[in-house]
Formats: sequence, structure tokens, C-alpha cells
Amino acid sequence: MQEQLVFDRPDVLADVPTHYCPGCQHGVIHRIVAECLEEFGLVEKTIAVSAIGCSVFIYNYVLVDTVEAPHGRAPAVATGVKRARKDAFVFAYQGDGDLASIGLAEIMHAANRGERISVIFVNNTVYGMTGGQMAPTTMIGQKTTTCPGGRCLEREGGPMHMAEIIATLGGVAYCARTAVNNMKNMAQTKRAIRRAFETQLNDEGFGFVEILATCPTNWKLSPVASNERIGKEMIPEFPLGVFKDAAKEE
Amino acid sequence: MSAKRIFIKGNEAIAQGALDAGCRCYFGYPITPQNDIPEKLSSAMPAIGGEFVQAESEVASANMLLGAAACGVRAMTTSSSPGVSLMQEAISYMAGSELPGVIVNMNRGGPGLGDIGSSQGDYYQSVKGGGHGDYRTLVLAPASCQECYDLTFEAFDLAFKYRNPVLILGDAIVGQMKEPVAPRAPLPIDPEAGADWKLTGRGQRAPRILKSLFLDDGALAGQNLHLQQKYQSMQAEVRYEAFETADAELIVVAFGSIGRIAKSTVRTLRAKGLKVGLFRPITLFPFPEAELRALAGQGKRFLTIEHNLGQMVDDVRLAVRGIADSDFFGFLPGNMPTPEDFDAPIRAAVKGA
Ligand SMILES: Cc1ncc(C[n+]2csc(CCOP(=O)(O)OP(=O)(O)O)c2C)c(N)n1
Ligand code: SF4
Repeated sequence: MQEQLVFDRPDVLADVPTHYCPGCQHGVIHRIVAECLEEFGLVEKTIAVSAIGCSVFIYNYVLVDTVEAPHGRAPAVATGVKRARKDAFVFAYQGDGDLASIGLAEIMHAANRGERISVIFVNNTVYGMTGGQMAPTTMIGQKTTTCPGGRCLEREGGPMHMAEIIATLGGVAYCARTAVNNMKNMAQTKRAIRRAFETQLNDEGFGFVEILATCPTNWKLSPVASNERIGKEMIPEFPLGVFKDAAKEE
Repeated sequence: MSAKRIFIKGNEAIAQGALDAGCRCYFGYPITPQNDIPEKLSSAMPAIGGEFVQAESEVASANMLLGAAACGVRAMTTSSSPGVSLMQEAISYMAGSELPGVIVNMNRGGPGLGDIGSSQGDYYQSVKGGGHGDYRTLVLAPASCQECYDLTFEAFDLAFKYRNPVLILGDAIVGQMKEPVAPRAPLPIDPEAGADWKLTGRGQRAPRILKSLFLDDGALAGQNLHLQQKYQSMQAEVRYEAFETADAELIVVAFGSIGRIAKSTVRTLRAKGLKVGLFRPITLFPFPEAELRALAGQGKRFLTIEHNLGQMVDDVRLAVRGIADSDFFGFLPGNMPTPEDFDAPIRAAVKGA
């Protein structure tokens, strides 16, 4: 029987096993980002900014020019990159500890200035790399190594909703929250990333996509149960949708 | 050199030096006593097609510098003491990732919020590496408005030559005083700068990664050895001013504005027949160690004067160790020194022989 290839790896994605834990969705999101870069023909002119956290090694998988930023500072580094090289396509890839905690000022101000950059924000409700401590996005009742009794609203505050917060800022052209827990949501994630990239290419403003993703290791759940948690627990707390799209306003 | 001299403040000379040296990205955050720099560049930079960003903090401005530097563009940030403390994170990352950038510190009094007057309290921070990890930055210390201009102009070349952050350690006095400055012919932008390492978008070549993370066994050791060799090669850049040192018995060692003020005292005391001279390090890293040691070998004695509680004196003593020592006079931050303030300490050191 003649075989026909119907699904392939984007060339810009390295043909190597990733270091991520089984069931971790950083790999899935890398793939979607890689597909979007290729489909827009951006690979050759992209400069990526990698952040601190499990995804710091994105440069080992998505084969584009990359600079590593200190913890939380990726939006400031990306601002410097874009200002220095306006013809480049610039995206930053950040986790929730990185973006919503230590880097809160940098993301808010880059968004507010309307920097022509795209930020991919992977929200897995914990600090992954450092061993599962509480993040700003940790959900009420969720147990982590630094809130072993479960996050308590009165003691630690509630989870921060970054997509909703970012959408209020003037310089933002596109802001959405998606998930990668099923094919439908993966397709939606791809549409969102495409649209975020487009806002940069069209010089419309800042593009932001928050993606709900798993961290089976630190959630202490199987990959399958982790995926289910996204649908059952995370999406009710962090509703999916487009919170701002400048093109659709007026 | 263009014929026309301009009458400007030290801070403005830094801004002009950067513009003429081809700096095209500036990031900053307001802090006294260096605000003339961002204020001048907020209009001057866009006027020549450059970028000016008032960042949300010094943390952000130094990281914007990191990003622009990664693209091989001449970029600068400026601040004063508390702000420079906040920049140390990015400076360490730039040193680790070998990124060229210029960082100006118009040193004010501390610790903490201190005051806005002049001080040299940030010597250790600048010279010993104020951020984490084993690294060095080239440190240039201007004593006049002309040097503010010239050293800023040259800082960009040095940053690219060594792929390393370059610090300019000025102070409130030199930043706020006004003098005639002879500008140089502006440098054209060099499109080849950093051609073999800068990020441009990979095009047809292999991707480049600029990073400071080295996890594989031995990888960090290799990187740090490479950095150490680089720091040693910076010895080639040593600069200093030696004034009346040839026949001096006592040499005053002082940098920046304090060196300038001490020079006046030395001149006055010379006129009164005292055999004193001045040695003013212009590069604080690399420190003019061999030159001081050579003077010690000629039997000279030393008095280090600083606008702090005693920091550079450590480096002077290291330089002359085994041969001589250095007396120290610390003029306390919170006061403005005059040449007369150094008269008694120098006379005392001369007698101390
Ligand atoms: C200044 C600084 N503080 C703390 C750390 C330690 N650190 C490394 S990764 C990380 C958390 C990253 O979490 P997140 O952004 O959620 O990414 P994930 O690992 O979950 O993908 C922290 C706190 C650091 N590298 N730098
Ligand atoms: S710790 Fe969590 S985020 Fe990190 S690789 Fe493992 S599953 Fe992914």
C-alpha cells in the first residue's frame, strides 16, 4: 500500500525529544507556535525571548534566534529587541510565575505602551521548574508545596486573571485565553496565536494569548487526569474567550 | 574634531557623546542627579531616528538595554545609585550572555535613599561586580565635562570590542557642572557591528542563542574561564592621569571629581614647595595596578582620597602591596569638598614619612 504523509513536523521545530515531563503541554504549545511562525513565513525574521521556568529551553526546540531574559523581564527585553530591530518579528514565551508574579510590572507596561510584540503566556497554576510552589494563578483550595493546606483566599488572595487584566490596557490590540486540553481548544489556541501574531505584523499593537496548560508532575495527577482538570476546574475559573480585539471594535 | 566647542553640563555631554558615538536606543527612568540625560535624549534620539523609552523602572530599562544589545545595536541606560542597584540583575545577565551595552551611574550619596549630592560610594558595586556571579564590567570614571563626552563616546567601542557591559561611574559634581566641550565628528552606524553573534532573525543561517544558562557538566566552567581570560585581556585598556608624579615623594590617588579637586590642592602645595603629585585612575576596572606598583618601586608614598569611607584604597593597597602602603582620607558624602578640604590631609601625609 502506498503511504501518504498527511501530518508532519514543522521544520522550525527541532527533531529531538523534549525535556518536559510526560503530559506537560509546553511541547504542544511550542508546536502550535512553530506552526504559526511557518504559516506566516516568519521563521527567518523572528527573534524569540525566552523566560525563566521550565520553558527557558524553548530555544532548543523552536529553532529561531533567541535571547534569554531574567526572571519576569521578558517583556522588557522584548521591548528592547523590537525597538532595536523593528523589522524583526518578536515574541516572548512566559510561564505564570514568570509573568504574573515577578514580572507583573514588565508585562503591564509593555502591554500598556502597545509594544509591537506577541506574548505567549502559559498558565499551569504553579511554579513548575522550582518544584510546584504557589503561583499568582494557583486556584483557591489548590495544594502546592508552599500552600500545603490549599490556597486560601483570606491568606493568599485569589488567582489572578491575567487575560482580563491585560485586556483593560490601552496599548493592547488582541488579548485572549485559550486551552490545549482537546482538539477543539488546540485549534482555537492556534487561531488566537495567529491573530496575536497578526496584530504585530499589522502594527496594530500588543498581542497576548493566555493558554491553560497542564503540569502533571506538580499537580500530582496523571497526564490524563491533568488534562481533565483543565476542563473541569480551570476553565470555570479562567473562562476561555477573546477579551479584546482591536480589529473588531469601533 | 569639529572646531566648535559647546558649553554644556557633564550630563548633557554624556547624552551628546552617546548620540555622536552612534547610540540609537536609550532606556531610562528618572532619578536625580542625572535627569538631564533622559530629558535631552527624549527629543534628540527620535530626531535622528533612534528610540527613546522611559521605562517603568530601572529593572525594566536595564532589561530593555539587554534586549537591544542582543540585536547588536548601540544602546545605553543611565541612572544614579539606587537605580543602578536595581539594574544589577540585568548587568549580570549581560555579562553572562556577553552583551555590549553602556550603563551610566551618576553616583549620589547613600546607603539607601541617602541624598542627591555627590559621592563615590558605589565604587565597590561598580568595580567588583554589583550583581551576582563572577563577572567584571569595564568602568570609566570621568573628571570633566570633556571626559564625560569622550569616555561615553569611547564606551560603545569598548562594549563591542569585548562584548561586555561598560559602566561610566560619574558623580553628581561632574554631572551638574558646565564646561566647554569639544565634540568629535559623529560616527556612522556600523551595520557590521556584532555581525557574527547579534540576533537579526536567523535568515538562512543556523539560529543564534544569547544566554547565560550553562547546565551541562563543565559548560559553565568553560564559559567562566573564557570570561576570565576576557577580563584579563581588558588590561590593555588601562587609562590614568599622572600629574607631577615624576619627582613627587607623596602621590595622591583619587578618581573622578575628587581627583580633579585634589589636583587643585596638589598644584597649590607644589607652589609652596611640597613634593606632591596626583595619580588619577580613569579606568577603575581594569585598575592601573602595574603603573601604581611601578611608582611604589620608585619609593613614592601614597595617600588615597575618596568621597566615601574607603573603597578604592583597597585596590591601591593591593597594587603596591609588599612595597608600600597608602594612607587614606575619606571625605564624607553629604558634604561638597573644596581643594582646601584636602590641604591638611595631604600635608599630614607628607609629614607622616
Ligand atoms: C530572580 C529569580 N528568582 C527566582 C528564580 C527561580 N525560579 C526559576 S523557575 C521559577 C518559576 C517559574 O514558574 P513559571 O513561570 O510558572 O514556569 P513553569 O516552570 O511552570 O513553566 C522560579 C521562581 C529565578 N530563576 N530568578
Ligand atoms: S514541571 Fe510541570 S511545567 Fe515543568 S516540564 Fe514538568 S509538567 Fe511541564
